[in-house]
Amino acid sequence: MTLHYDIDGENFQTAGEASANVKKVLRQLGISTDIIRRVAIAMYEGEINMVIHANGGVADVAITPDRIEMTLEDSGNGIPDIALAMQEGYSTAPENVHELGFGAGMGLPNMKKYTDEMKIESTVGVGTKVFMAVNLK
Amino acid sequence: MAEFIHSVMLDVDRCTGCTNCVKRCPTEAIRIREGKASIESRRCIDCGECIRVCPQKAKSASYDRLEEIEHYRWKVALPAPALYGQFDNLESVDRVLNGLLLCGFDDVAEVSRSAEFVTEYTRCYLRRPDIVKPVISSACPVVSRLISVRFASLCPNILPILSPVEYAARKARRKALNEHPDLRDDEIGIFFISPCPAKVSYARQPIGVEKSAITGVLSIRELYFRLVGTMKQVAVPKPLRRSGRIGLNWASSGGEASALYNSKYLAADGIENVIKVLEEIENENLSELEFVELNACPGGCVGGCLTVENPYIARVHHLRRSMTVAQTGISPEQERDIPRQYLWERPLTESSVLKLDDDMDQALKKLAEIKRLGQSLPGLDCGACGAPSCHALAEDIVQGKAHETDCIFVMREKIREIYRTVSQLTGREQEGGTKP
Repeated sequence: MTLHYDIDGENFQTAGEASANVKKVLRQLGISTDIIRRVAIAMYEGEINMVIHANGGVADVAITPDRIEMTLEDSGNGIPDIALAMQEGYSTAPENVHELGFGAGMGLPNMKKYTDEMKIESTVGVGTKVFMAVNLK
Repeated sequence: MAEFIHSVMLDVDRCTGCTNCVKRCPTEAIRIREGKASIESRRCIDCGECIRVCPQKAKSASYDRLEEIEHYRWKVALPAPALYGQFDNLESVDRVLNGLLLCGFDDVAEVSRSAEFVTEYTRCYLRRPDIVKPVISSACPVVSRLISVRFASLCPNILPILSPVEYAARKARRKALNEHPDLRDDEIGIFFISPCPAKVSYARQPIGVEKSAITGVLSIRELYFRLVGTMKQVAVPKPLRRSGRIGLNWASSGGEASALYNSKYLAADGIENVIKVLEEIENENLSELEFVELNACPGGCVGGCLTVENPYIARVHHLRRSMTVAQTGISPEQERDIPRQYLWERPLTESSVLKLDDDMDQALKKLAEIKRLGQSLPGLDCGACGAPSCHALAEDIVQGKAHETDCIFVMREKIREIYRTVSQLTGREQEGGTKP
């Protein structure tokens, strides 16, 4: 089962719709609330990142009885130093985004914290691809 | 779990099968079947949106009639804080309480007073080190049910303290038994004067406790004119009021949260806003908050669909001026334990009503089928099939509750196909038949 979402850029009102939908689907599958919560938060953080930094992108979610895999891809500016970006509290979000309550520098760390596997591939000027997986078994 | 009893009734003759309620239901619990609205009981959270939105007034709330109180030897009225906001130029709460006694009640117990105790105990609860924050108010039963159906991961956030009405009902029952030792428990009738139908369902199927101490639920709307009459008969009201401003403020959105003397709170009202806030909490986007007050009705309890006055007019400003803050006798700083009898007896748990199948492989198959079907439907979400959206119809079809041809566009296409086939056949026949 695969799900595909187009994430709009610079729209904080609709940001979170994809993760809300994923949550609904996982609930229909009878997946435990703890797993749903982890997937939803990771997905939401990824979604918000694409809205803030990359003018949107696409998200694909693959669900099997064994695991849930999320792939988020954008053609934004890319991340020059991934290790630095993974540090808690490190943020390059612009000031206006901070005022909306985002940009605390917890996005990537949370994505890592709530998933069982996470990989980031990024090329400056080309874009970023984030892969996350949560095991069901 | 046993079949859920709800408080929403349908007048079948009035229902025209329009889709206003279907579209508005926050849990997609309503479908039009054979031209009439029908509610899937396990999904309904008693929010009353369908009652509010029905243009034919075919939906109404069921509640107990005032005559019901006559079955009890000792009758106690529990007025909701929202009741006081329903009268023009009310000079004192005492007039309402005295008026209730003249309606046939033997005693009154203000829910606003119990609300002040709940406020005190909530402050104690928030000081506990081992709790999940933000704590979400459990006073609105619609919000609790919504969490168990759609936001189950937030079950541990729910405040496990009795709601003010349950607290008041238990206290009133104990008081009656203490003061009148000749009374049996089943001779005592505790009646809540309610602004909303959700409390009707709550009394029958309580949340957090095994059995509610509430005997019946009357509606503010039904009692209103009777009460206006008896209130006029009261010459000098006896002083009965024991609650203060805090208790009264619980009637409106923000009243419960602002009374906690803790600035890290949020209060939202109206079911759509409630859903958005719960979504944000689940995304851990509001983790700096300590307390969240949510009311399903617009404006808070004063916006309940069993009230008389518009929620934005039903205010109690003029009443509050002459009142003390609260009369619990507990000082805000006082450290104290929450007595066990005021805590929930059982936690809120997840409802599995949205699950497609108990077996995950089967559920995945169904989900794939829903996706495929969803793409074959027109995507207009017109509601003509009786489901709120094409996606919901796809789910119903896969669950065996509807048929593809319930969609008028699919139906039209099928008829065209039949027509094409028939005309091809008859054409061929005619060709054959007209040959000389």
